Amino acid sequence: MSVVTLADLKEDEKAVVLKVKAEGELKRRLASLGLRKHSDIKVKAYSLSKSTIEVEVGTSLIALRCEEAKEIEVKIV
Amino acid sequence: MKSLKIALVGQPNVGKSMLINAISNSRLRVGNFSGVTVEKAEVSFDFHGVAIRIIDLPGTYSLNDYTQDERVTKEFLENEDYDMIINVVDATNLERNLFLTTQLLGLNKKMIVALNMMDEAKKEGICIDEEQLGNILGVPCVKVSAATKRGVGKLINRVVDMSHFEYDGSKLVFSDTVEEEIENIVEFLKAKKYSGTEDYRDLAIKLLEEDEKIYKKMHDEPIWIELLPIIREALSHLYIHYDTKDIDEIFAEERAAFAKGAVMETVTFKKAEKKSLTQRIDSILLHKVWGIPIFIFFMWSLFQLTFTLGSIPMEWIDAFFVSLSDYAKTIFGDGELGSLISDGAISGVGAVVLFLPNIMILFLGIALLETTGYMSRVAFLLDGFFHKFGLHGKSFIPLVTGFGCSVPAYMAARTLKNDKDRLITLFIIGFMSCGAKLPVYVLFAGAFFGKESAGNVLFAIYISGAILGLIFAKVLKVIVFKGKDEPFVMEMPKYRLPSFKLIWHTVITKSIMYLKKAGTFILGASVFIWFAVNYPKQVELENLYKTKIEQSINQKEKNKLANELNEKRLENSYLGIIGKATQPFFAPLGFDWKLTVALESGLAAKEVVVSTLGVLYSLGDDVTEESDSLLQNIKNNISFPVAVAFILFVMIYLPCFAASIVFAKESGSYKYLVYLFIFTTVVAWVASFIGLHVTKMLM
Repeated sequence: MSVVTLADLKEDEKAVVLKVKAEGELKRRLASLGLRKHSDIKVKAYSLSKSTIEVEVGTSLIALRCEEAKEIEVKIV
Repeated sequence: MKSLKIALVGQPNVGKSMLINAISNSRLRVGNFSGVTVEKAEVSFDFHGVAIRIIDLPGTYSLNDYTQDERVTKEFLENEDYDMIINVVDATNLERNLFLTTQLLGLNKKMIVALNMMDEAKKEGICIDEEQLGNILGVPCVKVSAATKRGVGKLINRVVDMSHFEYDGSKLVFSDTVEEEIENIVEFLKAKKYSGTEDYRDLAIKLLEEDEKIYKKMHDEPIWIELLPIIREALSHLYIHYDTKDIDEIFAEERAAFAKGAVMETVTFKKAEKKSLTQRIDSILLHKVWGIPIFIFFMWSLFQLTFTLGSIPMEWIDAFFVSLSDYAKTIFGDGELGSLISDGAISGVGAVVLFLPNIMILFLGIALLETTGYMSRVAFLLDGFFHKFGLHGKSFIPLVTGFGCSVPAYMAARTLKNDKDRLITLFIIGFMSCGAKLPVYVLFAGAFFGKESAGNVLFAIYISGAILGLIFAKVLKVIVFKGKDEPFVMEMPKYRLPSFKLIWHTVITKSIMYLKKAGTFILGASVFIWFAVNYPKQVELENLYKTKIEQSINQKEKNKLANELNEKRLENSYLGIIGKATQPFFAPLGFDWKLTVALESGLAAKEVVVSTLGVLYSLGDDVTEESDSLLQNIKNNISFPVAVAFILFVMIYLPCFAASIVFAKESGSYKYLVYLFIFTTVVAWVASFIGLHVTKMLM
């Protein structure tokens, strides 16, 4: 099975983060906002032409670009 | 008297400013952190004989140094001298907030955790056992609500209480795997009877975390040779256990696990999960089709409101300054002094104060956008769009702030971490017409379009400026600032009703800053321009006309001669000389020397453009009753195409002196200011030239 990333999820789909491929600052940034290995996430919304994604992580909402979302491997639950 | 210096730390959007406002009762002092332009708010007060000083540090998600704000906070916490930390956390978002708390525990300072937004948490059915949480963290936790002011007194009581006791260390525990390695290192340090100032456990943790400072320090110690293999082994154990060689990730995971554990033990959710208010609002405001039109509608309403509502108090202010000016003349006479005070100082400053209502409404709108949480939604909606122009969704925030004032806008650009993204944003902020340019637009829109359509014209001016800015962002991105983009990761805070007090405070602070500028910079500039208009004295010319006027028979002739005198006097004044010398540069744009001078004086501050025009056109033209308003004078003296060219030039050319200095600071070099000057002048000139000829063709 091919790798599923955050960018492949549909709206309202839930998943668990398997791996954050990003490096350095981006990785630390994501971690401090709660997006790290084992986090439960749920895609809330996409903006026009799927350029940005709104993700629910725990009790907070985070926005990120699809390019960055592709760096996050997930497992759909 | 005993004194306590307290650092207020927390993640963004946890209500820190609101809490400090609830504590302070408006005894808040706003300044800057030394060396940088990050805002620093402080409050000082006495409480039961203790002098308490609380410093509000910029919000940060963690103690990394990702943005300038975070660097300021980290540096303050690590290097400054202070007695205690108040860690403000959002009770409705505890787990993520505790992540920062675990990092703060590592600082080994006395600390209190303020569980803020308890009123909201209660509504959401969240129950927190603060005693138990305090036990787990090893620091007291106090429930507060900045919005309702509950618990604020108790918080301060606990702060004073705690200052009487010695700090007894935090209770941050890691997983068994990490604890084992810490223990190994501590045992070794004990065996070697190592005599450092730091606690063995803290030292061990910092060594495992690969803290650069500690490594540098320990590197010079004799113990280092033996310590190194132990650390190396410990790390290799951790690498295997966690299946990664990224030590940051390992410790982030450890802290997150601690935070999660703490929340699981102390928080209970009473209500079943239902769609929250934020989600319902988001489903409308972030709607795929309607999201952006709704946003544009909000912006359009803001500008309409600025113009229509603002015009009511403007009339009062105008009337006030006119009568004040007349009154000054009755006191100081019609001579030199009277003219200086009435025509120079009062009318100059009056022209600036006149636009205070407009500027207050605009600042109010921007403050509302920020405090409600809508601003980050807009960044989310617009990133796809902005990214196409080589900008970042976050560029939106400084750009919108640019509509208020370029100075805070340049500062807001700091949230952009990547230098290139930040520089592009800095370069085009000027295209977002600031509040101080508003008077110029209002004047010209009013003069040439009438009251009904002036609001629309104003909106068009702002929008076209913004579009032009975007085009040049792309140009800069492609030609000058090539390279990798900054990642886009940001929190979307919950929607919250803003605190009236906080909004009021923001608007008032900004308005006072604007007025201070009017009182100092602009007063000085008005007097300077008055001097340049009235000197050198041309006694010969005046005497010549005096006799001519006396000799003339009818009133009409007299008026005509008085006009001629005024015009000649202005032409030969210092201002006229400067204007004429530089006028050839502006001649292809159709600007006469008066407009030239107004533009040049606008380099000091944009508000001065209008006051200069005021001085120039109320002194330099016919003095009949029906044309004593500036609006009429402008309309009678400037043709429509030239007015278009003038507005375009004002829209684009270099921002005011103060903003230029801030620009140089934020961009990191005065070199960039020179580039900005050349860039804006060339673009402004070309745009005006095109505007002039296109309008001529259309007319």
